[in-house]
Amino acid sequence: MYRKMVQIRHFEDHAAEAYAQAKVGGFLHLYIGEEAVAVGAIAAVREDDHILGHYRDHGYALARGCDVKACMAELFGRETGLCHGRGGSMHLADASRHYWGGYAIVGSHIPIGAGMAYAMQYREEPLVVLDFFGDGATGNGIFHEGLNMAALWNLPVVFICENNLYGMGATLAEESPVSDMMIKAEGYTMPAVQCDGMDVLSVYGAVQQAAEHCRSGKGPFFVEAMTYRFRGHSMADPELYRDKEEVRRWRELDPIPRFGDFLVQHRITSPQELAEVNEEVEAEMLEAVRFADDSPWPDPDSVDRWIYAKPINSEAPEEVPSRAGNPAGAAT
Amino acid sequence: MAELTYREAVRSAMREEMRSDPRVILMGESITGYGGSYAVTKGLVEEFGPKRVMETPIAEAGIVGFAVGAAMGGLRPVAELMTVNFALLALDQIVNSAAKFHYMFGGQWSVPLVVRTVSGFGQLGPTHSQTFEGWFASVPGLKVVMPATPADAKGLLLAAIRDPDPVIFIEHSLLYSTKGEVPEQEGLEVPIGRAAVVREGTDVTLVGYSRMLLQALHAAEVLEREDGVSCEVIDLRTLRPLDYPTVVESVGHTHRVVLCGEDWRTGGFGGNLLSEIQDRSFDDLDAPIARVAMRDIPLPYSRKLEQQLIPASQQIVDAVRRMS
Ligand SMILES: Cc1ncc(C[n+]2csc(CCOP(=O)(O)OP(=O)(O)O)c2C)c(N)n1
Ligand SMILES: [Mg+2]
Repeated sequence: MYRKMVQIRHFEDHAAEAYAQAKVGGFLHLYIGEEAVAVGAIAAVREDDHILGHYRDHGYALARGCDVKACMAELFGRETGLCHGRGGSMHLADASRHYWGGYAIVGSHIPIGAGMAYAMQYREEPLVVLDFFGDGATGNGIFHEGLNMAALWNLPVVFICENNLYGMGATLAEESPVSDMMIKAEGYTMPAVQCDGMDVLSVYGAVQQAAEHCRSGKGPFFVEAMTYRFRGHSMADPELYRDKEEVRRWRELDPIPRFGDFLVQHRITSPQELAEVNEEVEAEMLEAVRFADDSPWPDPDSVDRWIYAKPINSEAPEEVPSRAGNPAGAAT
Repeated sequence: MAELTYREAVRSAMREEMRSDPRVILMGESITGYGGSYAVTKGLVEEFGPKRVMETPIAEAGIVGFAVGAAMGGLRPVAELMTVNFALLALDQIVNSAAKFHYMFGGQWSVPLVVRTVSGFGQLGPTHSQTFEGWFASVPGLKVVMPATPADAKGLLLAAIRDPDPVIFIEHSLLYSTKGEVPEQEGLEVPIGRAAVVREGTDVTLVGYSRMLLQALHAAEVLEREDGVSCEVIDLRTLRPLDYPTVVESVGHTHRVVLCGEDWRTGGFGGNLLSEIQDRSFDDLDAPIARVAMRDIPLPYSRKLEQQLIPASQQIVDAVRRMS
């Protein structure tokens, strides 16, 4: 878990640098400061459990073990990217790892996660869905529609709310009548816990408990991780809405050194070993940037590829689409 | 052949596909005990049970989002949105989710989803009498189907459920009780993306779909009887992907076209169709392309007012007479 958090941190430092060099365009939302949430949560579930998250999504992809080079190449818009340059930073996905992507319409993936969970329940597969979103998403109707259905049909979804105190430039007080998002689960009779999102073990424990609950057929569970993004909302954010002192105080809770200290204190590892991890990860990221830089652009003629799985006026599907846990065409 | 109503035809497509493919599920508002607001799903929960015929909360965006997720999870959901007016609440999920995922995730998975909904009118007032096929048809990644006959309703719905892409399947409330011959062979598809020449003619091409196809056929009879004008009538059946070759071929020998739609003139589907036909068939045309559409006015409740606005065969007849 330590290595995963360092990977995300270094990946994003390099992504920000590449953005400054105009190698990465569009929107780039950094997860720096929040790494413990994705890493702790994803480590707490099975590899074949399903994951969906919002657009601040580099952390989910890396925590799930997606290819680092392909992730970087996606940000660079290259053919070798995870989604062949069609999705970009906000839409990393790797279905082969049951990581179903970053979703950039706030809240839209909340009912989608519930629907996936329904498919698992329908086939009586013992799998759960982790669905990550922000505090801001809880103000959107689609959040409530999704929670309502998940609770109504007793679906195995762990809803993970990353409460980082802001929805873009809106403070919690401006966007929500309650500052604890877990209260919103109560109306749907959904059990909920709050955990320290700056502590990877706290997140791990909460999600383990939640996933256990879902897997045993007891329905959805809501986890609220209290966290903070150290950087702006996106690279374009001048951060006029929060003061530097607040940011400094949260930076003291940085989940990476915090977990590192824990590992050293408990003699699980040594400072040298941690330093080595940092060096190895840095080398891996430099390699990823080089790979992305050297990768080919998508063929301009391929721009209309993948609009349809069964393209216009052709008889046969272009390819057999992959489906979660269900080989295409196979009846259940 | 068996004679079925349009409603029965839609239902029988769902029933047959549910019998042969256990991945197919239905979901929608009041589709179980109530049988659906237009009684299309009547009897299905009794046969397939509530796990496969799901009663949902009144949450259109949630229903479509959920269905997208179920499709990604390996099921074949058919989501009913009570009418196309309420589908507006689900536009985000239709446009930004269903239509996008295959493309934006680089072809990793598709969304085999059918959204069944209904357009139509009948003193339902301004919020319940609209039709928006042009909006859906403008979105790459969606397929948009609007059958006019029971046979097409059944065959196209079967094709839609089996299709790996999201299909918006728009029925028409005024067609539900119309009857027609439907092939008895089970599981027989009508392919998506193919128009049909339903009446051959030499002087002018009338292009319609859904209820306007019946209006066009009626207009063709009147024009033949009263004016000696021979109309070719094309049923588009699928609005996206649109079968341009069939239209272009027809215009190639009639040299005149009238486009018949029920949606608003401004931004309606016919406007785009007009520009495409002009691009493809300009040299064949002997007259400007004519359009029958809804005037840009919300549909009022009062019968007297509503009747003035609803596009009908008389306007098609008038349009043809103005041409010659
Ligand atoms: C439906 C929708 N509205 C607005 C936006 C623009 N937007 C992107 S992120 C964001 C803030 C979301 O805040 P939160 O859910 O708390 O996530 P965080 O960015 O804090 O991780 C907004 C308003 C959007 N992407 N989608
Ligand atoms: Mg937030």
